[in-house]
Amino acid sequence: MNFSFTEEQTLLRDSLASYLADHYSFEQRRAAIKSTAGWRPQVWKAFAEDLGILGAAFPEDLGGLGGGATETMVIMEELGKALVVEPYLATVVIAGGFLKRSGHPAASELIGRIVAGEATFAFAYAEPQGRYALHDLATTARKDGAGYVLNGQKAVVVGAPWASHLIVTARTGGARRDLGGVSVFLLPKDAPGVTLREYPTVDGARAADVGFENVALPASALIGPEGEALPMVEAVVDEATAALCAEACGVLRRLHESTVEYAKQRKQFGQPISQFQVLQHRMVDMFIAFEQSVSMSYMAHIRLGGADDERARAVSAAKVQIGRACRFVGQNAIQLHGGMGMTDEMAIGHYFKRATLIEAQFGNTDHHLARYEALSFGKAA
Amino acid sequence: MDLDFSPEDLAFQAEARQFLAEAYPAALRDKQARDEPMGKDDILSWHRILAKKGWIAPSWPVEYGGTGWTPTQKYIWSEEQARADTLAIPPFGVSMLAPVLYTFGSEEQRKRFLPAIYNGEVWWCQGYSEPGAGSDLASLKTRAERITADDGKEYYVVNGQKTWTTLAQYADWGFFLVRTDPAAKPQAGISFLLIDMKSPGVTVRPIITLEGGHEVNDVFLDNVKVPVENRIYEENKGWTCAKALLQHERSGIAGVARSKRNLERLRDMARTERSDAGGPLIDDAFFRRKLAELEIDLTALEFTELRTLAGESSGQGPGPESSILKIKGTEIQQRLTELTLEAAGHYGAPHLLGLPHNLAAIGPEDARGAAGDYFNTRKTSIYGGSNEIQRNIIAKMVLGL
Repeated sequence: MNFSFTEEQTLLRDSLASYLADHYSFEQRRAAIKSTAGWRPQVWKAFAEDLGILGAAFPEDLGGLGGGATETMVIMEELGKALVVEPYLATVVIAGGFLKRSGHPAASELIGRIVAGEATFAFAYAEPQGRYALHDLATTARKDGAGYVLNGQKAVVVGAPWASHLIVTARTGGARRDLGGVSVFLLPKDAPGVTLREYPTVDGARAADVGFENVALPASALIGPEGEALPMVEAVVDEATAALCAEACGVLRRLHESTVEYAKQRKQFGQPISQFQVLQHRMVDMFIAFEQSVSMSYMAHIRLGGADDERARAVSAAKVQIGRACRFVGQNAIQLHGGMGMTDEMAIGHYFKRATLIEAQFGNTDHHLARYEALSFGKAA
Repeated sequence: MDLDFSPEDLAFQAEARQFLAEAYPAALRDKQARDEPMGKDDILSWHRILAKKGWIAPSWPVEYGGTGWTPTQKYIWSEEQARADTLAIPPFGVSMLAPVLYTFGSEEQRKRFLPAIYNGEVWWCQGYSEPGAGSDLASLKTRAERITADDGKEYYVVNGQKTWTTLAQYADWGFFLVRTDPAAKPQAGISFLLIDMKSPGVTVRPIITLEGGHEVNDVFLDNVKVPVENRIYEENKGWTCAKALLQHERSGIAGVARSKRNLERLRDMARTERSDAGGPLIDDAFFRRKLAELEIDLTALEFTELRTLAGESSGQGPGPESSILKIKGTEIQQRLTELTLEAAGHYGAPHLLGLPHNLAAIGPEDARGAAGDYFNTRKTSIYGGSNEIQRNIIAKMVLGL
């Protein structure tokens, strides 16, 4: 048993943390998310060229540095601490995750472009009617000669305004809620028939509702097995959810630490408010929620390589813990900051907003609790 | 013990319902439907209609314009307003300052200020909190020094900073707590002053809150000259006024009728939103359980408030028990926004503030603003005396601990 990090992993963490401290202060971030673009391509370039984090978790034969889930976890925690909006999760973890598994002839070339910072992705999976069910798909990819024709609507595609490519789940067969008939496609965002309605999200990122109208796709757009891709989608989304849990740990750490710091400085009734026992206990509970979240994030990353059910159970368990922690720690961080916590001016509210969206991303607490129950105890009668 | 409405109550209910249906401006209704922010004129237009009807200030003594309604009628009135989803009238003039005026003000002050509050001619704001005086309000530092000016009249010269001043950007006048005796114990050296916000030296600076809205402000007071006759009650006895006002603030803060209305909305939303199983969200075991628990908690709060109202009608003013209403009322308001955001699913993420309101919603209409409401409503357990302070009040004043 070993919960320590290798020298390389520690170096990776330190160099990323130091880069973000210099280039991703709260003020620098604020200016970037308010800009027209909403992100900073030069930060992305630094991720690729100076820090190498875009390739850190890819195997060496695909142009990566040979790392794995632990490297992703280390990186995501640091990105969480700085509230990084750039599309690392969608590009490296999700697109990379599909490409690694796909056996697609162009996979290694595309991964090379990801590692080099040349290709950015968004994952268009959710649909307006589907809530968090990955297989609830009204989007269709109809066979047309050697290729496909894509039609449908995707909801809240995070990072779509910044992406060069989209990864889209669609039906090549079956009815809307069938487990079979699910396929995955990769296409350039500028393909004719793709429309975006772009908007900012409450956590400072950008997203779009994406429409596909008779988008002609070549056969090579298909990633993975036709009509039987749901297990692959679940595996990739589980990896992404674990990565999200790691990001959450970074966010939770900041929420907790800033609150303790503030409570020590803020004086009322002639003493720091940190002296009041009721607030001490609240901060202790926040600390416990944070520590338990770190434990569950480790657990989920360790089990990502296990059998499908084991992996799914571990990830859902972690997401339940982390979803609850995001709410409890986030709400109390605002409460203990008092009026100051309500201001746009202080960073704490921005961490709270990110924590709130993490709670719902890839399924909220209820979703993962139900999934865990079904995997552990079978379907209820 | 019964909850039955008498024939008179039923007639009143019908009258109130009809009045609201007929008198509420269509322009406001349209703006609400588009989720547009309400401006000063919007709110005052509704205020003036209620004033004309004679129903703007039911709780005031009849001689100043109160309706003399029974607690049941007041309950019916708040239920009907929530049911009709009319704009809430900001509490600063009608519900906060007015009780101080008719309880502690001189006859002259009552005559001077109450009619303008009643008729919606003056917008008031509340200058209580300071950067260093939040929960510990009595430690406030804004200083008022008494001088005799060249005109031979007496003034206070006020210097300091107030914060979290709600809708000060609209205010014509403000009521302020200021320190008139720095040597006295904190509570003993405070006075209650009415300040014209157009006075030289008053500066209002917006504070943007985390959801992106502008409700609260910093108010800077720089050598502001205030005539001594604008002081309510005795010098250095302002804390007495402040305490009375805070209790009124807390009892109004429960928001039961509005929460009932929002709960109904959430139910409707849960009927149209889908669950992971593909059916209506309201059939989802987890979600319906939370909805049921919330409804039960709201019922408990409603009956606690009714008991308080009944107590008030038999002559007891709102006591420290009103802290129960504040704690539970705000917790319920927060849980309602939590569940609404949960129900919105993916469509909780879009940030629409600042986008034109005439655009079609992104995602379902009822998800619009769900996240903003959730973030904004975090304030309720902080303002009006944080919920931690409310628990201290109950511990000390009710339980004698």
